[in-house]
Amino acid sequence: MNKSNLDEKQMIEFRDVQKYYGDYHALRGISASIREGEFFSLLGPSGCGKTTLLRTIAGFEDISSGAVLIDQGDMRDVPANKRPTNMVFQSYAIFPHLTVAENVAFGLRRDPRTKAEKQKLVDETLAMVGLSGYGTRAAHALSGGQRQRVALARALILKPKVLLLDEPMSALDRKIREQMQVELIKLQRELGITFVLVTHDQEEALVMSDRIAVMFEGEIAQLDDPEELYRRPKSRRVAEFIGEMNFLPTDVIGESQGKIQIEVAGLGRAQIEPGQVSAGMGAEPAVGFRPETMTILLDEAATQDREAAGTIAEVVYYGDMTYYDVRLDGVERTVRLSMRNLFGRPVLEVGMRARIAWSEGALILFR
Amino acid sequence: MKFSGLRTYAVLYLLFLYAPIVLLPVFAFNSGTVVSFPLQGFTTDWFAQMAANTTLRRALTNSLIIGGSAAVLSTVLAMFAARASARYRFRGKAPVMGFIMLPLVLPEIMIGGSLLIVLLAMGVKLSILTVILGHVLIATPYAITILSTAFSSLDPSLEEAAYDLGETKWSTFRRVTLPLVLPAIISSMLISFTISMDEFIIAFFLAGNEPTLPTYIYSQLRFPKAIPVILALGTCLVVASIALLTLAEYIRRRGLAKTGAKDSGGFL
Repeated sequence: MNKSNLDEKQMIEFRDVQKYYGDYHALRGISASIREGEFFSLLGPSGCGKTTLLRTIAGFEDISSGAVLIDQGDMRDVPANKRPTNMVFQSYAIFPHLTVAENVAFGLRRDPRTKAEKQKLVDETLAMVGLSGYGTRAAHALSGGQRQRVALARALILKPKVLLLDEPMSALDRKIREQMQVELIKLQRELGITFVLVTHDQEEALVMSDRIAVMFEGEIAQLDDPEELYRRPKSRRVAEFIGEMNFLPTDVIGESQGKIQIEVAGLGRAQIEPGQVSAGMGAEPAVGFRPETMTILLDEAATQDREAAGTIAEVVYYGDMTYYDVRLDGVERTVRLSMRNLFGRPVLEVGMRARIAWSEGALILFR
Repeated sequence: MKFSGLRTYAVLYLLFLYAPIVLLPVFAFNSGTVVSFPLQGFTTDWFAQMAANTTLRRALTNSLIIGGSAAVLSTVLAMFAARASARYRFRGKAPVMGFIMLPLVLPEIMIGGSLLIVLLAMGVKLSILTVILGHVLIATPYAITILSTAFSSLDPSLEEAAYDLGETKWSTFRRVTLPLVLPAIISSMLISFTISMDEFIIAFFLAGNEPTLPTYIYSQLRFPKAIPVILALGTCLVVASIALLTLAEYIRRRGLAKTGAKDSGGFL
């Protein structure tokens, strides 16, 4: 995932991009840059402006102020058909009156190459997306996954500097979606083209991206690589949007020797590093932790970590994992823990007592 | 077979609708000059007389020119309106579209009368040109109705995709939009043509001395001996209508099959 070895050339740059639809402020000063050869995701709930931002790259959306640069060039007066970008649409927008090969070759009309060369290129591109031999099929007779491959081939055959993907997996079944995710990552790595993906699916963004920009209400709330985003969300909102996080009310007692002393409801006193502190959106201070950072201790197992105790209130069995909702002793708070169902580990039952091991390092203080 | 009341009703209804039309060819080939049973003998004289009648030929030519022009003009105009209303949001869209659709409910006699007054006041000479204008006015709302459905069921991403792949706005329209709405364009032209072909009031008001088929037929009904010829003409029109409708339906179904769209009902 770490691409620090790649040269850090900027492929796309947003400079204080503002977008108004009448009175509605859709993009509120986006400033960010996307590196060359990077798999970049715009992640957020619907209406957060992620698709609008993607469309400003494609040239389908004018911006009210600011600038969008692609490969150092200001795109202000460059229309969509002249930009070095191509797009895979959410609906795939496969031309239903053309065959698969005609769809893929659609953008080659102005290309000076000979017919035979173009034909070869179409065949190669179809092979690249795993559709060899599908060229003569009618485009409307394809399945969802095949349509997406055609849309990909149609965009990639033009060798764009940037490939834009607008929620390309949202219409696919879970199995095919997961398969396509892996194929897209491979394809991106082979081609080295900058991919910009729009998605509302945090799991998809985590799986596929080198870096993710999480957007809320027309602003980028956090831009980081997936691991950093998951481990160190900079705000409670990002933490809640990405993965699952438990929150417990917390009192901040004081700071000494560069550490922060806190009193967490249900867990007790703890001491954390300044790096574990994030913005809390003005709410009461709270400590957050991911379900997998805590462990239920079986029987008399001992731990080096801190311990808490509670009663199991709910058991959600997923096959490879089990989620336990545990009511912590002394506070009316339930936290969700996840345990891998390793061989020989029993699935616990509702009502059982549970000892929980936790460590200070996994806590994030939102204040 | 069980014969329910509803079935009887349906059969009677269809008889009432179509029996008079079946009488057209029956009497068109009947050698008697009076339209009544019993039939006398078989003849194709009426068709020969029809073909030899220069006024009738003139009326037919006029009607074809008017119908063809009105079909093309109203369909082209309707394409602009339908696409604009399907794709864009603009100030005053509802009233503008409302005014375009208004001739659908305005009495034709009022349209014809007011057009006549305005054209005469402007000093325009009445001709088949003025009839074309009037027919475009009344056929355009029908054309818009057909075309809006086609334009609004078109995924807007298709046009964006073509634009994104390097086409201009115009070549996008030519390579993507036009082929996909073509069946609707053909439907719209056929409907407009048919509306124009049998329109009487406006043609009667605005044609000046030029005959069209409906005004010619109306003028001939006063002469009993001209009636068998009119019946022969009617027979030809029925056959032409059926042929046209079949062709339209064939084109529509072929269009559906080619794009894999669901059949949502057509003419047949």
